[in-house]
Amino acid sequence: MIPASFDYEVAESAEHALSLLAEHGEDAKLLAGGHSLLPMMKVRLAQPAVLIDIARVAELSGIRIEGDEVVIGATTRHAELAGSDLLKAEAPVLAYAAAQVGDPQIRHRGTIGGSLAHADPSADLPMALLALGGSLEITGPSGVRVVGADDFFVGPFESVLGPDELLSAVRVPRGGPNSPGGTVPWGYQKFVRRANDWAIVGVAAYGGRVALASMGGTPLRATATEEALKSGASIEEAARLAAEGTSPGYDFHADVDYREHLARVLTKRALEGKTG
Amino acid sequence: MTQIKLTVNGGARSDEVEPRLLLIHYLRETLGLRAANVGCDTTSCGACTVLLDGESVKSCTVLAVQANDRSVTTTEGLVAEDGTMSAVQEAFRENHGLQCGFCTPGMVMAATSLLAENPHPTEQEVREGLEGNFCRCTGYHNIVQSVLGAAEKLSGTGSSASTGSSTEVNA
Repeated sequence: MIPASFDYEVAESAEHALSLLAEHGEDAKLLAGGHSLLPMMKVRLAQPAVLIDIARVAELSGIRIEGDEVVIGATTRHAELAGSDLLKAEAPVLAYAAAQVGDPQIRHRGTIGGSLAHADPSADLPMALLALGGSLEITGPSGVRVVGADDFFVGPFESVLGPDELLSAVRVPRGGPNSPGGTVPWGYQKFVRRANDWAIVGVAAYGGRVALASMGGTPLRATATEEALKSGASIEEAARLAAEGTSPGYDFHADVDYREHLARVLTKRALEGKTG
Repeated sequence: MTQIKLTVNGGARSDEVEPRLLLIHYLRETLGLRAANVGCDTTSCGACTVLLDGESVKSCTVLAVQANDRSVTTTEGLVAEDGTMSAVQEAFRENHGLQCGFCTPGMVMAATSLLAENPHPTEQEVREGLEGNFCRCTGYHNIVQSVLGAAEKLSGTGSSASTGSSTEVNA
């Protein structure tokens, strides 16, 4: 399968990428690792007239501490997140989540910004960011705006990112042993049947926040579970409420009942701090 | 058309390509390097795995223009000029790490990248490290043994796994 023809532009800077976006409008798409976009272009689910390559823009990549947050450039690749000692120390749930994406080859190419902008409700990083209560730095023609993970995802493969905007960085709270607030307990569960597949159901827990993958059109908070925990319920009691308010779909892997059951079981494990 | 300049198996290349040309097709059709195979064509099977700046990637999901200014290594590039195979290739031969052979170039490149990142993997780490490569003959046992054998060879000689830094392997 070969993508339809397009023009190829290389952005020299974030500002250059924005001006190229302004020039080409809705016909343009940003290309970083291309591991969500290129497969869609090959099957003609996406047919942009122009690709703007931002993978070589140095200012969009890297992991650094800023106050009580870790700031991650949008084109930082999954392998860099998974292998970063800084991230493993300060936001281990995100480093762990990045190591669960796809397979080694995919992690060598795919980027955190690409995965978040793609907004797949079954993907690892959107769920992890939602559990962390992180935020997204979006650069547009009128400057930078910061959107919380709770407000970023609006539907399957749909976010609040505008066609003239660039997701430039991701911010997550520090929650490791050296962090200002100390260690925040976390757990991560991803249920798959096949190697390098998306989660049939996924659960990420961070402190009192619980996020679910593949339980609706966007990554979702398990709000009933979170409320129960706040009111002093046990993990077991709270986990029983994990599927409340969700709207999972069905496919040949799992029906709705099974996904709801998995959400409860996996939420319990995630809240117990388990990974797998 | 877009001009690209890159290093392939140690040699400098410069070509005019359509932006939509996939790296796998550039390697196979433009350069005639047929080791990397097109399998699933959907970033799943790993038969098209090559090294991009020393790291394993699935070349069915990389545009040739994305390899501009970078270094690409295919299985052909692992063989020294005198025909000596790399430690990973040799280990696959010794351990009979192939059946039909279709997945083998991808397996060898994924293993080369894995051993560069983790020179002393456990069996479990090898299995997880090859998660992106399917063997439809299901010959995984010997493939895993091959990678473990290659790790032993490489640590035995005191050298680290070649990342396919092509100038080295072709020197």
